[in-house]
Amino acid sequence: MHEMGIAMQIIEIAVASIPADLKNAQVKKVNLKVGKLSAVVPESLHFCFQIAAQDTPLCDAELNIEEIPLKIRCTDCNVEWTAHEPVFICRQCNGGSVKMLSGRELDITSIEVVDEHN
Amino acid sequence: MLEFIYKNQRHFHHKDSQKPHHSHSGGGGSIGGKNTDTREIKIVRKVLDVNDTIAEQNRKMFEENGVFVINVMSSPGSGKTAILVKTLSHIAQKIRCAVIVGDICTSNDADRLAGFGAPVVQVNTDAFGGDCHLAAHVIKTAVDNFNLDEIDLLIIENLGNLVCPAEFDMGENLRIVVLSVTEGEDKPLKYPLMFRVCDAALLNKIDLLPYLDYDREAAVQNILKVNPQMPVFEISAKTEDGFDSWVEWLMQKLHG
Repeated sequence: MHEMGIAMQIIEIAVASIPADLKNAQVKKVNLKVGKLSAVVPESLHFCFQIAAQDTPLCDAELNIEEIPLKIRCTDCNVEWTAHEPVFICRQCNGGSVKMLSGRELDITSIEVVDEHN
Repeated sequence: MLEFIYKNQRHFHHKDSQKPHHSHSGGGGSIGGKNTDTREIKIVRKVLDVNDTIAEQNRKMFEENGVFVINVMSSPGSGKTAILVKTLSHIAQKIRCAVIVGDICTSNDADRLAGFGAPVVQVNTDAFGGDCHLAAHVIKTAVDNFNLDEIDLLIIENLGNLVCPAEFDMGENLRIVVLSVTEGEDKPLKYPLMFRVCDAALLNKIDLLPYLDYDREAAVQNILKVNPQMPVFEISAKTEDGFDSWVEWLMQKLHG
């Protein structure tokens, strides 16, 4: 629902990350990590990104989303697992004292920039 | 990723509609006679970095001024405002409260909350493009309307939405999610992030249970699947059933 705001933040961060010495730089790719539990729908983000990127150095950029699985560790018995459902009960000891190791990411990891020169 | 699950499917189209990926030039190349270089620039930044930074500033400001902040979230119509009205009626004599209430339009909720002497600020997000959640910068601006020295408890009533508000830290101490018994028992499994990031759940409208086919035990179990250590208070904002435990818990957190 808030993917447009997120797309705009991505573009802002990407534009600010283009080195100042590059003239006519075009961003070709934005690499993004999105956790499975994050409240972001990649399809909506792609759609919003296309619109928000118009008239920016990202207008031809591809948004490359790596989905990060939901990984949980039980802090009582130390077992770790990848959860395919949002259930945070330890599969070994049935305890509820767990830590989320991954799955909440919403991070830009890098951009790929093309610089045109003579 | 979007996943489409079909039940009682009658026909099945198989069509490869995937768009071709953009080609990726791995190194040097040439476009229209000009040379090009591709290079990867590492960033490693949270997309919501700006919000998180302002949220931390808010948190520090609240801490310095001795203000305890709760963020109350739920789907539309679960009874957030009614709960807060009743909560204020229990505590406003003893605790100096203030309220920030978010809605896309209208100041109806602020009007309902204003009767207890606590200052109330209504934020209408249509000025921010009809946003579906409150964010840290909005709270930072709204707080300018208060004298923080005169506030012990700041209550933020977020917009009715179980998705987006869960992603936006505002600098609060506690997050409270409200679920009402007129919603599905499986809401916690459908909106797990919300139930995971919250510190307590209020199961509201229990006065309606005799009239509903609602499995209250299943609702509580679903909350506990997502957040096994979360306290769940079964309440009715109409009859005030369960309010003693909820208010007592809140006061313990405030004074702790």
